[in-house]
Amino acid sequence: MENTLRPVLVGKVSELPEKLGKTVTIGMKEIAVFKLESGKIRAIENRCPHKGGVLAEGIVSGDYVFCPMHDWKISVVDGNVQEPDIGCVETYPVEIKEDQVFILIED
Amino acid sequence: MTKQKLVLIGNGMAGIRTIEEILKMNPDGFDITVFGTEPYPNYNRIQLSKVLQGDTTLKDITLNEWSWYEDNNIRLYPGESVSRIDKEKQIVYTDKGKVQPYDKLIIATGSNPFMLPLPGADKEGVIAFRNIKDTETIVEYAKKHKKAAVIGGGLLGLEAARGLLNLGMEVDVIHIQDYLMERQLDRKAGKLLQKELEKQGMNFLLEKSTTEILGRKHVTGLQFKDGSRIKADLVVMAVGIKPNVSLALEAGIPISRGILVNDHLETEVPNIYAVGECAEHRGMVYGLVAPLYQQGQALAQHLCGVAGEGYKGSVLSTQLKVSGVDVFSTGKINEDENTKVSILHDDLRGVYQKILFEEEKMVGAVLFGNTKDGNKLLNFIKKGISVQEYVEATQNPEVEVNSIAELPDEEMICGCNGVTKGAIVEAIQTQGLTTVDQVKGCTNASRSCGGCKSLVSELLQCTLGDSYDANQKEAICACTTLSRDEVVHEIKEKGLTHIREVMNVLGWTTDGCSKCRPALNYYLGMIDPLRYEDEKEARYVNERMHANIQKDGTYSVVPRMYGGVTTSEELRKIANVADKYKVGTIKVTGGQRIDLLGVKKEDLPKIWEELDMPSGSAYAKGLRTVKTCVGENYCRFGTQDSIGLGIQLEKKFEGLNTPHKVKMAVSACPRNCAESGIKDVGIVGVEGAWEMHVGGNGGTHLREADLLFKFKSGEDLVEMIGAFLQYYRETANYLERTSAWVDRLGLDHIKEVLSEKSKVMELNSRIEEALSIVQDPWKEAIENKTLLRDLYQTVKIPTETK
Ligand code: SRM
Ligand SMILES: Cc1cc2nc3c(=O)[nH]c(=O)nc-3n(C[C@H](O)[C@H](O)[C@H](O)COP(=O)(O)OP(=O)(O)OC[C@H]3O[C@@H](n4cnc5c(N)ncnc54)[C@H](O)[C@@H]3O)c2cc1C
Ligand code: SF4
Ligand code: FES
Repeated sequence: MENTLRPVLVGKVSELPEKLGKTVTIGMKEIAVFKLESGKIRAIENRCPHKGGVLAEGIVSGDYVFCPMHDWKISVVDGNVQEPDIGCVETYPVEIKEDQVFILIED
Repeated sequence: MTKQKLVLIGNGMAGIRTIEEILKMNPDGFDITVFGTEPYPNYNRIQLSKVLQGDTTLKDITLNEWSWYEDNNIRLYPGESVSRIDKEKQIVYTDKGKVQPYDKLIIATGSNPFMLPLPGADKEGVIAFRNIKDTETIVEYAKKHKKAAVIGGGLLGLEAARGLLNLGMEVDVIHIQDYLMERQLDRKAGKLLQKELEKQGMNFLLEKSTTEILGRKHVTGLQFKDGSRIKADLVVMAVGIKPNVSLALEAGIPISRGILVNDHLETEVPNIYAVGECAEHRGMVYGLVAPLYQQGQALAQHLCGVAGEGYKGSVLSTQLKVSGVDVFSTGKINEDENTKVSILHDDLRGVYQKILFEEEKMVGAVLFGNTKDGNKLLNFIKKGISVQEYVEATQNPEVEVNSIAELPDEEMICGCNGVTKGAIVEAIQTQGLTTVDQVKGCTNASRSCGGCKSLVSELLQCTLGDSYDANQKEAICACTTLSRDEVVHEIKEKGLTHIREVMNVLGWTTDGCSKCRPALNYYLGMIDPLRYEDEKEARYVNERMHANIQKDGTYSVVPRMYGGVTTSEELRKIANVADKYKVGTIKVTGGQRIDLLGVKKEDLPKIWEELDMPSGSAYAKGLRTVKTCVGENYCRFGTQDSIGLGIQLEKKFEGLNTPHKVKMAVSACPRNCAESGIKDVGIVGVEGAWEMHVGGNGGTHLREADLLFKFKSGEDLVEMIGAFLQYYRETANYLERTSAWVDRLGLDHIKEVLSEKSKVMELNSRIEEALSIVQDPWKEAIENKTLLRDLYQTVKIPTETK
């Protein structure tokens, strides 16, 4: 069977802090949701591939977040860890309807 | 024309340098494939010593980023080893099943550490020191264990031992000879070195031969031939290296100690070359990068068909990378009946210098204590200068080379990479270079062991004159080329008011990073404390959350206890919240107060509210603690009210933003029970006066504080502390502790500035301005709904049942 994506409402655009991450838990999944300086909203797994740092608390610059534990640089767009480190985190598609933010989760 | 397939085995320093040289000479000539056992891009192996010593991090020692391989169309297979070479079919096979044909093959597999074949050498905890993995293992061990033994008192062993000391282990160095580094030093220098390292805390067991490694599964100690034993939880073997020739041996490529090569680095098999530590040239196998890089250049010339005289062998020189110890040696080190020596030995200054001559030519040198002349002597030897020339050069003060400006152009500055003064000066002039990093990028000077950095800096200074500022020319991060001073100057001059504006106006090439944004946030606030609105988004997590994050994502709470003094009521409140919120651990900190560890993010505001105590700022780039001793009210030696002064200082300066954290202490006599000697500001009470010590540090780089001034009156003292802190705030680089700042500016300079009464008053009026806006951050958070939501609340969505 094919996997379907299910939208999960996580809050309002206006209530997300800008240039910061927000921790969102959906069931057992922990997701870091970022409202970037550009206004775009991105969602990635809230666990750094290095030693599991919570990415939602990192410093956000442009399209990147710097892990608060040991400063790995991770793209919030494609989830890729930047050089010289390697790895990637899962990314989740985000949909905005009116002022509402939905994260699409695989069923 | 199809490109030739060039395959490199070994993604290390010599192999990749060869590729770099090839790309310089003929960027499109080859289709290049690289196999490397280690899962990293090419990194600076030499700097592993510095990583262990805490002077740099693994992140910072990469020489070629992943993108370098991509940009140059090099196919890199990291974490993949070549397992077989078929020299007839010209194919290599890998451990992951890849089959790769070649037209030209370079073997650059380096060396393997030599492990003494002792009984027990396979126990857990017995390791070598060669690569990133070893380094990580050592660091992990140091976290859990206390006693280390290093077998081998050569360069590598001593650098490892220094690293282990810095990691907090006790270190025994076991050496089979009767003095250290016998291959590079004579007995005299070896003994001087030993004395110096003993002062640093190393323990030596000389003329000891290890016969067994003790322990069951894990090492517990060493047994020596003379019957004695020592305890050890970690054994680092640093007794030498052996060229990694197994591939060549199996493929039938002739070897002796290393893979045999001629002056063009050709092995005896067509189209196969060897370079680096695995190669043997004219009977020599080298273990330092300078000769390996020369080999790489000769090989690149040969492969690209560029005329060159080939590789003729190298004169070696070595330097020990242990801070505080200067040792240099080159060429012949021990005299015999055919040698003439010139010896200079000054016990008072701890300087020893020996220069050796044979058949009237300079052939070697050993320097201890002052190694400034090292490269000059190496050059003399390469040129083969005569006794007479040497005597003239050192007798005639005009010829004596004191300043770098007078050095001849062919003088070698970077020994590792073979970069001369002339080449550096030319690069500075023709390419408009202004920083050490740029010179490194363009010429390779200082890219390896880093020993010549200060010379490169001096060269920039004398080439660029006043427009070069040796200390401050470093860009604040990779997003800009501007230095700290330039940025601060531009902010002031252009009246910039927020981070985005600074980045736009000053031409940042990115949206900033975790280095520059916090730095800009600090500088903006320092320049205009009253109007600047602090950007919490640019604060590192601990400072944004006002709590230290733990490795599992929980936080800690450290309330203020002014001067380390508390009350039964405060303790009760702490006990109550600890119970109520099921705090994981309650711990007394090293800063005389109490830490509640393992608090959930969403509980932080509640705990703060119930505690109703000010934040201890245990996370801040600001005033942390003021430790005090009991002082005159109780102690029989006390001369002053240390508690009183400590509390006064903590109340006055709490909440201040500073470039890095600031710690203070007040002791009431020179016994110094509050440890004033290792604080940013350490006060010591003496009969009728206070001493003010500054620039102390008890952290990574231990530094004893310097006595700045002595005061009869407490008021004058507090005023001077204000002036000192403000001068630090205004002139230090972000993240520069007072210890590094005092070293950089010089105590005399700071004394001079602060000796001017008017200056002290000005500085105080500016620090008062900065203090006037201080608010307790915990109160602020509790009272601000938006802050509470933005920072401390997690969105929780239970999984729906479908
Ligand atoms: C809690 C405490 C350890 C303890 O349980 O005693 C502590 C804990 C941390 N220290 Fe410390 N330091 C603590 C006293 C010290 C001391 C001793 C002192 O202050 O007398 C030192 C050496 C003295 C000095 O700083 O000169 C010290 C030198 C460091 C350093 C090295 C600083 C340096 O300049 O080399 C760091 C790293 C840094 O700041 O960059 C550090 C960093 C840290 C951090 C914040 C690491 C981090 O970024 O996560 C630790 C937080 C642990 C956690 O999980 O919450 N800690 N740290 C101490 C808090 C004191 C307080 O009441 O505020
Ligand atoms: C801690 C330390 C400090 C040092 N300090 C100094 C110093 O101050 N000055 C100095 O000049 N030198 C110093 N050296 C020595 C210097 O690092 C070496 O001489 C240099 O790295 C050797 O370069 P190389 O390319 O020959 O070997 P390496 O850099 O070791 O590269 C060889 C690479 O080949 C890989 N490899 C091996 N077999 C295979 C295979 N079959 N398939 C694929 N890949 C393979 C290895 O994993 C390795 O990554 C130091 C060394 C250490 C360990
Ligand atoms: S509390 Fe300090 S000394 Fe202990 S592990 Fe953390 S940073 Fe290191
Ligand atoms: S856990 Fe993210 S960088 Fe280490």
